[in-house]
Amino acid sequence: MANHEITLIVNGQEEELLVPSNMTLLHALREVLGLTGTKNGCEAGECGACTVLVDGEPVNSCLTLAVELDGREITTVEGLAENGKITPLQAEFVELNAVQCGYCTPGMLMAATALLKRNPKPTEEDIQKALVGNLCRCTGYQRIIDAILEASRNGGAQ
Amino acid sequence: MLARPGLPDFEYRKAGSPQEVFTLLKERGPDIKLMMGGTDLFIQMRDRNSGPGMLLDIKGLPGIQDIEFDQKSGLKVGAAVTLNQISSQEDIQEYYPVLCQSADTVGNYQLRNRATLGGNICNASPSADMAPALLIYDAEVVLVSPRGERMLPVSEFWVGPGKTALEDDEYLSTIQFPLPPEGAVGQYIKLGRSKMGDLAVVGVAVLGFSDPDNTAGIRFRVGINSTAPTPYRVPVVEDYLAQNPLSEEVFNKAAEDAMEISAPIEDVRATALYQKKMVRNLTLKGLKQVWAGLK
Repeated sequence: MANHEITLIVNGQEEELLVPSNMTLLHALREVLGLTGTKNGCEAGECGACTVLVDGEPVNSCLTLAVELDGREITTVEGLAENGKITPLQAEFVELNAVQCGYCTPGMLMAATALLKRNPKPTEEDIQKALVGNLCRCTGYQRIIDAILEASRNGGAQ
Repeated sequence: MLARPGLPDFEYRKAGSPQEVFTLLKERGPDIKLMMGGTDLFIQMRDRNSGPGMLLDIKGLPGIQDIEFDQKSGLKVGAAVTLNQISSQEDIQEYYPVLCQSADTVGNYQLRNRATLGGNICNASPSADMAPALLIYDAEVVLVSPRGERMLPVSEFWVGPGKTALEDDEYLSTIQFPLPPEGAVGQYIKLGRSKMGDLAVVGVAVLGFSDPDNTAGIRFRVGINSTAPTPYRVPVVEDYLAQNPLSEEVFNKAAEDAMEISAPIEDVRATALYQKKMVRNLTLKGLKQVWAGLK
């Protein structure tokens, strides 16, 4: 087992980690840094529960090795709120009851945050396409889509 | 605890130069697997709970993430360029739109931020979504070894399910595309079990362009995946279309012929008979759409 010393900038904070080669980013976030907001679902890049941002772009953290990301910036759901204030997107999720069991919510928020950054005024179809990789087994998709649409009218991702 | 046991143990190395790749491949041989995005590889390693002793990450090699386009010589895409980079590149959107259409059908947005064109080719899945587009654009792959570079038409690169023409000491560095014929119109039609995000049950890419030298006045190229040991073109069908004045009957016959050529197996996604019929239907649909686009 080969260990690697790496530095990740997680939610703005520099973290030095010692990680084995086969440790995924998902595992490093949850098990090493204790950031359990990022969820483990399918471990096959299908469900999107593990979605985080790497340098602002969403990736499946279950299909990314921690060692590959030495020096990169990672944003997890814990890093969305600033000074205790949730983002307009998060506020709309609350307001419109876009959360049922909540397991998919962190991944949904990260995918939607990235969408609103690259396309501040998405159509409903744009949102559907951006969320192909995020499964909600409560099937609460419509409210999630409504929340993202509403957030796009009220200040977007930030 | 994680739901699954995670990835089997291996040693990770990031290659900084081609020389480093050659040296490690020579020393460690089949115990090494080259990786880029890992989106196919990691899943295979988890499912089998086994893998190589070393993963050699080659996406940091000089130039391997570059896209170059020239109005005369065409397009060069580094093997480690991601599918999202392809789909958002303006020259590719303008001159090779079927590459963008195809890239957008792979998995989902997050996955496409990691999945690479070279990886899709080297994984050599018969159902590779990028394959039909590569075939109709006459792509060539650049293979690098200590002996230098060699080029192969992409159709000769795939030799069977999961098998490529790569020698033990070679890696894929670049995919090259000649400039498509002027005014070419193309379309990738993919059938999956769901509308988006699934693997292809059948995928058909069609390119059409004006060609005054043949009876039809138009030349079609048709690339098909998921219905033979490797993705394939159908030259017999393409020649038939070129040699006959285009009509509903001619398109129907061409689609029937494509169905006859296809050789799918029964698998978890669909029966062989269904896949054959879908080759016919999607080929017909693709030909008609492209023809309408050319008028």
